[in-house]
Amino acid sequence: MIEAVGLTKRYGAKTAVHNLSFQVRPGAVTGFLGPNGSGKSTTMRMMLGLDRPTSGHVTIGGHAFRSLPNAPRQVGALLDAKAVHGGRSARNHLLCLAQLAGIPAARVDEVLGVVGLQDVAKRRSKGFSLGMGQRLGIAAALLGDPQVLLFDEPVNGLDPEGILWVRNLMKRLASEGRTVFVSSHLMSEMAVTADHLIVIGRGQLLSDMSVKDFISANSADFARVRVSTDRPEGREKLTASLTEAGGRVMPEADGALRVTGLGLPRISDLAHAAEVRLWELSPHQASLEEAYMRMTQAAVDYRSTADAKAGLQPPPGYGAPGLPGHVAPPPPEVPQQGWYAPPPPGQNPYAAPAAPHGPVPAAGTAPAAPADPTTRETSEDPR
Amino acid sequence: MTTPATPPPQAPGQPFQQPQQGLGGPAGTYASPIPVRSPGLGDAIASEWTKIRSVRSTMWTLGVMIVLLLAVGLLSAFAVGASDAELEDTPVLSLGFFGVLLGSICVITLGVLTISSEYGTGMIRTTLTACPSRSRVLIAKSVVFFLLTFSITAVTTGIVGLLQTAMLGGATPGGDDWLRATVGVALYVATLGLLSLAVGALVRHSAGAITLMIAVVLLPLVLAMFMFSPSLADLQQALLEYSIPSQLAAFYDASVTPSGPSGWEPLWIVLGVTAVAMTGAFASLDRRDV
Repeated sequence: MIEAVGLTKRYGAKTAVHNLSFQVRPGAVTGFLGPNGSGKSTTMRMMLGLDRPTSGHVTIGGHAFRSLPNAPRQVGALLDAKAVHGGRSARNHLLCLAQLAGIPAARVDEVLGVVGLQDVAKRRSKGFSLGMGQRLGIAAALLGDPQVLLFDEPVNGLDPEGILWVRNLMKRLASEGRTVFVSSHLMSEMAVTADHLIVIGRGQLLSDMSVKDFISANSADFARVRVSTDRPEGREKLTASLTEAGGRVMPEADGALRVTGLGLPRISDLAHAAEVRLWELSPHQASLEEAYMRMTQAAVDYRSTADAKAGLQPPPGYGAPGLPGHVAPPPPEVPQQGWYAPPPPGQNPYAAPAAPHGPVPAAGTAPAAPADPTTRETSEDPR
Repeated sequence: MTTPATPPPQAPGQPFQQPQQGLGGPAGTYASPIPVRSPGLGDAIASEWTKIRSVRSTMWTLGVMIVLLLAVGLLSAFAVGASDAELEDTPVLSLGFFGVLLGSICVITLGVLTISSEYGTGMIRTTLTACPSRSRVLIAKSVVFFLLTFSITAVTTGIVGLLQTAMLGGATPGGDDWLRATVGVALYVATLGLLSLAVGALVRHSAGAITLMIAVVLLPLVLAMFMFSPSLADLQQALLEYSIPSQLAAFYDASVTPSGPSGWEPLWIVLGVTAVAMTGAFASLDRRDV
């Protein structure tokens, strides 16, 4: 059980975490979500006593981490896979941690086997790929076989097999009655791994509820309707008919319609009554990603912009013949279910039903240079 | 959680049982089958020993130090022997001074790296997650580093001294001379390394801390050499007497000034300075965010 009460952390004038209170219960995987720079890593560091909260406190099993009896046997953590001395071999890295925690050395070889690094145990971790580094970090977290586990972005850089392994590992650890607290940006992963979600934005708690509740509270299911293209006027006719019946209709980029507020049979009946033939009538359930985007869109600090390459393009007419010239980029398409590309920057399609496109509240902090292709924040550390 | 006083002996090679599901307890009580034992300072020292022996920088800095002590010590003995100069009163052991002065830079580097490399790589967060007690980590690091550098310096200076006295005649060194030129010098150099470790813990940056420590060693002497103004004579005298090379030379009775610390006094001075820096390092590690 992890309990944060009024947790606040300020670095100078910047408030990284503000008045955060939540509980992480045992026996479940709790996902910890938030945009870049929202204070996730800071919160995790405060849990481990690495950063001192400006005010408030966080306890694990009723104790502050630094006063926990036998802390390494109660809490295991993966904060940063690169937080190892690159010159040390994987085995020696784990061995020194095991010795520090009073764990028998035989456990080192065991966790090396668990994460699948036994063949490279003697190699210096400098040469490890990102995925191998993550496995080493997970091994260090599992070393003490602890009751509480914290993972910051555990699937970064892992191959599909590794991602599946981490997913099953998290679930198994939780099913054994442990407290598992995982931060991630991969919504598809969180949707299938986590039971409970804690979402923060700009250091403040946005949501603390189960995944199912979170999705249903933050998004609406919809139906995708595609009208036969041989009779173009059918689309307008159906739109009018659906709107009249109380549904909300939004056109999609490829000509389909997105209908909310009406059940599929009702849409079918209305189409039949309007004598419009349908080529597609499909139910769509909002994904966790869509729900997350809707919730956090106002709290995004670092927003990328289109790479305009302004001033670098040759004047029109000099382009290679035959190639389609500088056509405007296609309008943003609503992502299909199961396809998790991020939305086009600046024009969040999920935002449409809730708020019209306009000045996003975060615009003040967004990078000003539109031609800079690397506006992503390189470090999560708010210092 | 129960803490057995002595963990049941584990047969070598026997794997631990995988944690079993559903131990029957209420939610929140996962009990690890691995015997739980409260770690202490001894475990931290074992861990720091594993750390210091498993990186190459240790091998390099200490290897270079041994080579410097031997090579410079023997070369100076050769040069003196070849010059036919009479060295009736000159203590032969003082020829080891040049090697030790150069070698102390290696010890400073290793002392800083022992802690600052953990900050540079982020390993310190992993370490302090595995052991929340900052003082235990810092004490273990200091103990391992001090014992390692002390024993290597003492043995190497002893070997160099033996070779030098065998190669040259001159005044026969007495027992106290031997003690100061080996154990005394080794204690001084290892304490200087400990001071570097404390500075590394305060600065948390390898290059910055090493630069600072080398400046502390060399700058006072260099500055004093250029203080020609009579009004600075007192300061010049103090810098000459208390600069680290002068203090080191005092162990060989070969200081640049006849006054100033002599005998074992330099050791007490460096111990005092190191104690202050270590107190600062403890406070910094305890208070500052990692």
